[in-house]
Amino acid sequence: MAKELCLSGKNVTKVFGFGDKKTVAVNHVDFDFHVGEFVSIVGESGSGKTTLAKMLLGLIHETEGEISFLGKPREIKGRKQKREYWKEIQAIFQDPFSSYNVFHKIDAVLLDCIKMRGGKKLPYEKKVEMMTEACSFVNLKFEELTNKYPFELSGGQMQRLMIARIFLLKPKILLADEPTSMIDACSRATILEMLQNLRNEIGMTIIFITHDIGLAYFISDTVFIMEKGNIVEYGPAEKVILNPEAEYTKRLISDVPKIHEEWDLSTV
Amino acid sequence: MGKVMLEVKDLKTKYITRFKEDVYAVDGVTLQIEEGKSLGIAGESGCGKSTLALSLMGYYFAPLHYTSGDIIIDGRNVSTLDTDEVRREVLGKEIAYIPQAAMNALNPTQKIIRFIEDVIKVHKPEMTKPEVYEMAKERFHILGLPEKVLDQYAVELSGGMKQRTVIAISTILSPKVLIADEPSSALDVTSQKMVIKMLRDLMEKGYIKSMIFITHELPLLYNVTDDIMVMYAGQIVERGSAKDMVFDPIHPYSKGLMGSIIVPETGTREHELIAIPGTPPNLKKPPAGCRFAARCKYATPECKIYNMEMKEFGEGRSQRCRFSVEHLREVYANG
Repeated sequence: MAKELCLSGKNVTKVFGFGDKKTVAVNHVDFDFHVGEFVSIVGESGSGKTTLAKMLLGLIHETEGEISFLGKPREIKGRKQKREYWKEIQAIFQDPFSSYNVFHKIDAVLLDCIKMRGGKKLPYEKKVEMMTEACSFVNLKFEELTNKYPFELSGGQMQRLMIARIFLLKPKILLADEPTSMIDACSRATILEMLQNLRNEIGMTIIFITHDIGLAYFISDTVFIMEKGNIVEYGPAEKVILNPEAEYTKRLISDVPKIHEEWDLSTV
Repeated sequence: MGKVMLEVKDLKTKYITRFKEDVYAVDGVTLQIEEGKSLGIAGESGCGKSTLALSLMGYYFAPLHYTSGDIIIDGRNVSTLDTDEVRREVLGKEIAYIPQAAMNALNPTQKIIRFIEDVIKVHKPEMTKPEVYEMAKERFHILGLPEKVLDQYAVELSGGMKQRTVIAISTILSPKVLIADEPSSALDVTSQKMVIKMLRDLMEKGYIKSMIFITHELPLLYNVTDDIMVMYAGQIVERGSAKDMVFDPIHPYSKGLMGSIIVPETGTREHELIAIPGTPPNLKKPPAGCRFAARCKYATPECKIYNMEMKEFGEGRSQRCRFSVEHLREVYANG
């Protein structure tokens, strides 16, 4: 793949605690994510995938190693630098119910995004037009949402509104940390479709974190498998899922119920 | 045909809101489960799956109210009992219920064995504490849970372990019917598998006689239950064996649900993910005619007029769509 590098890491490590209580959450991990790639990071609870995500977002500092952004080492020490960085990388989290400020109306959420993209001085009609476009991208109707509070929506709708935010912000990278684990299978299909649209229409790099290897296989180009802070296997989705090499990957695949093959319950 | 463990006839329950509005969350459900069988209930969020689970216990508390219908557990009608009798004689003993976030129900200040003592105290007051401990130890051993859990506190256990402990506690009296409402949806895939294995063990070893399993994860239902029932807007729209339902769904709503299945198998990437547009109807005012008509891509104007009953076809299968089975199959085959 001759694509440009978007985000890459060398020897990235995160250690929590000291001495006896030391926990190595992410252990000397190397990775390269390319522009426009759909990457999945798969692992069970406690494998360090969320810690890695937080480091990518710049929410916590890596203990060791270096993360490069667009080929240059990432500089996010100051507040201003961080703000600039967050214009390029945005996230959707697992729990849509706690992602919103309950005191702010939906309009405020979307207007904030327009402001961040430098559209503060635009006339109000133009802003409404932008918000309507963003909402229709995720199959929501802005006229129905305006003047409502986030808690009046269902989980699936909230998660879709999150994607509408991303559509307005148009960051280079979207980090989705288990965006579908709290909503039902039917809305899940809608969310996945929208993530794919973001990638195909805007060329965003999407980093998708999940414990469901089936989802990862369905949606991504490249899959990284994490076990206890290490990346044990990575490569194109077809290769990793259909011909896994690492024992851990095989186990993860066997843990997911399937419909064409027998589900072996004896290996728990 | 085995002995019928649970029989529900035309059950109707509703919520009464603060503003005295009625919400018909379970609207005429009829079902039957035989001894040794399990039934899966699938459907989107807001279709009334969890309300059905609550209603089946026969234990109603505001805002949920009983309207009409019968719930017969092993020949005994429990829908006519009052709440006190239900608590004393039915819950735990005849029917056990595992709610969605069951693991959060454990009081963090008490040891696990105390919860078991609590259950026994009501239903078998003659048992002494050492006897209860012995019994619990044996049951935990059979179900593959470490015995030391009994002397631990809930906070010391992992999520999956807590969920399995709750299941072991709620089935300690070997109930006839177990209702599991999304018991594994908050867990990761590995813990989920352990929970499923435990439910299977309970069934195989005869500690529970029959099971109702509610989830929106269809591959899971396919692997766990014998039959699958699809629910939409408080009504059942289709019922059949797990295999028939997954590979040959008839009702357009079931067809839509099956379109959202994602499994790590060859061919998954090629198949297109089809989401059903829109949301379930507001049950304060259920639409006339077919409740799914507004979202159905095969619907005609007549669908919104005629209210259909369940029609039987084939072995143990029934569905609610106005169109004939042959017609629907043909439509699906032509895309």
